[in-house]
Amino acid sequence: MTRAILAALLGHWRRNPLQLITFLAGLALGTALWSGVQAINAEARASYDAAEATLGEGLFTQISATDGGAIAQQTYIALRRAGWAVSPVVEGELAGVRIVGIDPLTAPRGVGPVQVGGAADLAAFLIAPGQIFATAQTLANLPDTGATGVISPDVAPNTAIMDIGLAQRLLDRAGQIDRLLVAPQQPLTRRPLAEVAPGLVETAPQQGSDVARLTDSFHMNLTAFGALSFVVGLFIVHGAIGLAFEQRRPMVRTLRALGVPLGRLIGVMAGELLALGLVAGLLGVALGYGVAAALLPDVAATLSGLYGADVSGQLTLRPAWWLSGLAIAVGGTAVAAAGSLWSLSRMPLLASAQPRAWASARGGAGMTTLSAGLLMLAGAIAVWGQGLVAGFVMLGALLVGGALALPPLLTLGLRLAAARARGPVAQWFWADTRQQVPGLSLALMALLLAMTANVGVSTMVSSFRLTFTGFLDQRLASELYVSATDTTQAAAIVAVAGPRTDAVLPILSVDALVQGQPVQIYGARDHATYRDNWLLLRAAPGVWDALARGEGVLVNEQLYRRAGRDLGTLVRIGPGRDLPVLGVYGDYGNPVGQVIVNDRVFAVQFPQVTALRFGLRIAAGQADAVRSALRDQAGVADSAMIDQAAIKALSLSVFDRTFTVTTALNILTLAVAGFAILMSLLTLAAMRLPQVAPVWALGLTRGRLAVLDLVRAVVLAALTGALALPLGLALAWALLAVVNVEAFGWRLPMYLFPLDYLRLGVLALLAAALAALWPAWRLSRMPPAQLLGVFRHER
Amino acid sequence: MLLNLRDVTKTYPGADAPVLQGISLDLDAGGMLALTGESGSGKSTLLHLMGGLDTADSGVVAVAGTDLTPLDDRGRAALRRGTVGVIFQQFNLIPSLNVAANIAFQARLAGRHDPDRAQALAVRLGLADHLGKYPEQLSGGQQQRVAIARTLAPHPRLVLADEPTGNLDEGTADVVFDLMCELVAETGAGLILVTHSLRLAGRLDRRLHLRAGQLT
Repeated sequence: MTRAILAALLGHWRRNPLQLITFLAGLALGTALWSGVQAINAEARASYDAAEATLGEGLFTQISATDGGAIAQQTYIALRRAGWAVSPVVEGELAGVRIVGIDPLTAPRGVGPVQVGGAADLAAFLIAPGQIFATAQTLANLPDTGATGVISPDVAPNTAIMDIGLAQRLLDRAGQIDRLLVAPQQPLTRRPLAEVAPGLVETAPQQGSDVARLTDSFHMNLTAFGALSFVVGLFIVHGAIGLAFEQRRPMVRTLRALGVPLGRLIGVMAGELLALGLVAGLLGVALGYGVAAALLPDVAATLSGLYGADVSGQLTLRPAWWLSGLAIAVGGTAVAAAGSLWSLSRMPLLASAQPRAWASARGGAGMTTLSAGLLMLAGAIAVWGQGLVAGFVMLGALLVGGALALPPLLTLGLRLAAARARGPVAQWFWADTRQQVPGLSLALMALLLAMTANVGVSTMVSSFRLTFTGFLDQRLASELYVSATDTTQAAAIVAVAGPRTDAVLPILSVDALVQGQPVQIYGARDHATYRDNWLLLRAAPGVWDALARGEGVLVNEQLYRRAGRDLGTLVRIGPGRDLPVLGVYGDYGNPVGQVIVNDRVFAVQFPQVTALRFGLRIAAGQADAVRSALRDQAGVADSAMIDQAAIKALSLSVFDRTFTVTTALNILTLAVAGFAILMSLLTLAAMRLPQVAPVWALGLTRGRLAVLDLVRAVVLAALTGALALPLGLALAWALLAVVNVEAFGWRLPMYLFPLDYLRLGVLALLAAALAALWPAWRLSRMPPAQLLGVFRHER
Repeated sequence: MLLNLRDVTKTYPGADAPVLQGISLDLDAGGMLALTGESGSGKSTLLHLMGGLDTADSGVVAVAGTDLTPLDDRGRAALRRGTVGVIFQQFNLIPSLNVAANIAFQARLAGRHDPDRAQALAVRLGLADHLGKYPEQLSGGQQQRVAIARTLAPHPRLVLADEPTGNLDEGTADVVFDLMCELVAETGAGLILVTHSLRLAGRLDRRLHLRAGQLT
C-alpha cells in the first residue's frame, strides 16, 4: 500500500518539476549559507583550540614579567631551585611564522607535540639539529633552519613548535624566556614567587583562549547572518511545501476515499518530505563547503589582522559540521512541513477537493495579531529585558514579527494606492497586485528578511569600522611606537628621542585584579595627546585635570559595565589605594577591564615596573629621522619601531577583507531571496492565468501585461524594502546595543549609512526585476491559444 | 457590413485536421446570428477569430470594415477594446475588482466610460444593489449579468457571446438571455451567439450550424 501511495504522491513532483526545484533549491541554498558560515566558524575555533592544546594557552597558570619584558634564564633557574614546577616558553616571529620554543622535559602534560614517555622521538626533538613541528604549509613558509620539519596537522596554523634552545637560536634570543607555564601540581614547600622573583607576576588561566573570546563577537555575527540566510531558505521551502499540499488536496481526498488510512498517508508524506530534505541537505552541505572554501581565506585574513588570531586558510571536512548541516536541513523541512501535515490530519474526508485558492488570504487576522504581539514583545524586551537570552529572544521576535507584518502592511499600502489610482489599467494593476500578495507573501517575507539582514549587518559592520578607525586614531595618536629590550635600551631611547620629538610618552602597564576581575592598569603621562584625542563615553567635569593631579582613574567600558564602576565609584588599584572613577572610555575588542592612572601614581604604586614601550610624538616629516637616530644611537631594531600610518593602513586593509566577507554573504542572501521570488512568480504565473486572460481579452496586449508584471514585482520589492529599512536598523541596534553589550561588555555606537541603504535598495529592486523578467517574458510570448484555454476549459 | 468572413481556415498545431475549413459568413449591423454545433465542431474557435482573440491560418476576417488578418497584437487588442465585446461562458470577471469597477472596466479601456450608462445598465440588469460586491460574492446568474453589462457599456459594434447561459439553470438562463438580446438590440450592435441550445438559437434571426469545421 505504501508503495502505491508513494507512487501517487511522487507523481505530483513529476508533473510539477518547478515546485520540486523550488523546494530542493530553497532548502539547499539556505543550508549552504548556514553550513558555510558554520564551516568557517568551526575551522577558526579548531585553530584556536589547536593553539590552546599545543601551547597550553588558557590551560595553565602562567608567570610573566610585570614589565612585559623577557625573563632571564637565571630567574627561571632560581624558581626551579625554589621548588617551582615551571616550564619555560619563548616566542617570536621568523619569516612571518610564530615560533614557539618549549622544554618538553619540564612542560606540563599535554603541552607540545613531544612528551616524556610519549610516542614521539624525544631525543630527536632535543638533540641537534632538532625538530620543528608545524603544518605542511607553515613548514614551507619557514626558511632553512637546519632542523628537521615534522608535518603535524594538529599544530595551530602559522605556528612552529620546537625545543626552546633551537627557538632561542633562531630568534637570536639566547638566555631569554617570555613566560613560564606553571604545572597544576606544585610542591607545598616552594617559596613565594614575590620572594624568589619580585619582577614576575602569576596569572591564573582564563576560561577559553584569549583569541577565542576576542573573536567571539565576529563569529557570533557570522552565525547570525548564517541563521538569517537559513530562515530565508525556510520561507522558500515553506511556500513550496504549502503549495504542494494545496495542489494535492484532491489526490488526498481520492486516496482516502479509496481506503488509505490517514495515519499512513501522513506518515508517507512526512517520509517523502524528509527524504527530499535529506537530498536538499546534501546539496546544501556541498554548496556550503564551496561557500566556506571561497570565503575562508578572507575570514582568516580578517581574524589575523583584527585579533592576531591565526586561522588556517584551508578547509577541513569535519564530520560534525556536515552532519549538523544535514540535521538542520531535515529539521528545517520538518518545521516547514509541520503546519501542512497538521492541517492534513485535521482535514475531513469530504472536504472540498478543489485546492483552496493558494493565493487566498492565509489567516490574515491571526497573522496580524501574532505579528503585533511579537513586535510588542520585542519592544518590551528592549525596554525591560536583561541578559543575552533575552537579547536573542528580542531579535527573533523582531524578525518574525516584522516578517509577519509584511502582508497586512502591503495590503494596506496597495489599498491606498488603488484608491488613488486613475484609469482602468492602474486601478486593475493595484487591485490585482493586492490580490497577489498572499501568494507572494512567503517570497516577499524571504526578501524582507534578506534585506533586513543586509541593512542590519552592514550597519553593524560599518559602524564597527567607523568606530574602530576612530578608536585607532584615538589610541594611535603617537606617530611612532618603540619597544625596548631592557631598561638600559629604554633609557637610551628616552635620551635619543627626547630632543628630537615633541614628547616621549611611556607606556606603563601591569596586570592586576579589580573587583575580583583581571584588569590591566596603565600609567599615562599628562599630555595633550590624551586630552585632544581620547573621547570619553562618560566623564566627570575637569576629568583630565583631576587625572593629572592623581585624583582619580579612567576605566574602560568593560570594567564600567561588568564591575559597575560608574563615575564616582572607587577602584582599588593597590592595597589601601582607592581612587574614584573620573571617566569611561571605549575599548573595542578588548576582553578584559582596563584602568588608567596618572604615571606618577603608577610609579608610586608599582615601583618595580619601568617603561619598555614608548609612544613618540613627532613633527610632520621627522619620523624617518627619529627612526634612524634610534636605530643608530640606541640600537633599536627596525622591527621594534612601528609607525602609526603602517598600523592604520594594515587595519584598514583588514576591514576591507571583512567587507569582502559580508558583501559576499549579502549578495548570496539577496540571491536566495531573488530566487524565492522567481520561483513564486513562475508558480503563480500558471495559477493566475484566469485573472490575466480576461484583461487580455478585453484589450490589453500581452506585452503590456508583461510590463505590468515586471513593474508589479519591482513595486512589491520597493514596498518590502521600505519595511526592511526600519527593521534592519532595529536589528542593527539590537546587535550593537543589546546583544554585543550582554555578550562582550562593550557597546558600539550606531551610525547610519544612507548611501549603502540606497545601493542595497537598488540591488533588491534589480533582484526582483530579474526574478520577474523570465515569467514576464513568458507571458509576453504566451500563445493566445493558452490564454483562450481559460475561456474554454471548465473550472 | 459589420462582419465579413471569407474562406477562413484554422488548424491547431499538432491537430490532424483543421478545426475550421473554408468558413464564409456575413452579418449586418443589428443582425443576430446563432452558431450551433457539437462540442469540438469549432464554434468557439470561430468566435475567437471574429473577436481578434486568435488568428486564422488563411482567409479574411473583417470587422466593421477592418481586416483583422494583417493586424499585429496591438491592433487586435485595440479592436477588442473598442469594437468588439465578448461574453464568455465562464463570465471571466476580474476577481480583484468590484462589480462597479468590472462594469466600467472595458468602457474605460476604450475611453468611452459613461457613468450614467454604466449605472443604467446595472439597474436594468438588477445589479444596482451589488455594485460594491466582488465577483466571488455573486451567484452565477449575477456574474453573467455583470459580464453582459461590462460588454455593453462601451457600445461595442459587435457582441460575441460564447455559451453565455451555459453555466446557468434554465430559468436564470432565459432571464439573462432575454436581457442580453434586449440590450444588444437597443444598441444596434450585431450579435453572434454560440450555443448548444437549439431552443435559444431558434429565438434569433438566423442560425448556422457547424459540423467538423464547416458550416452546414
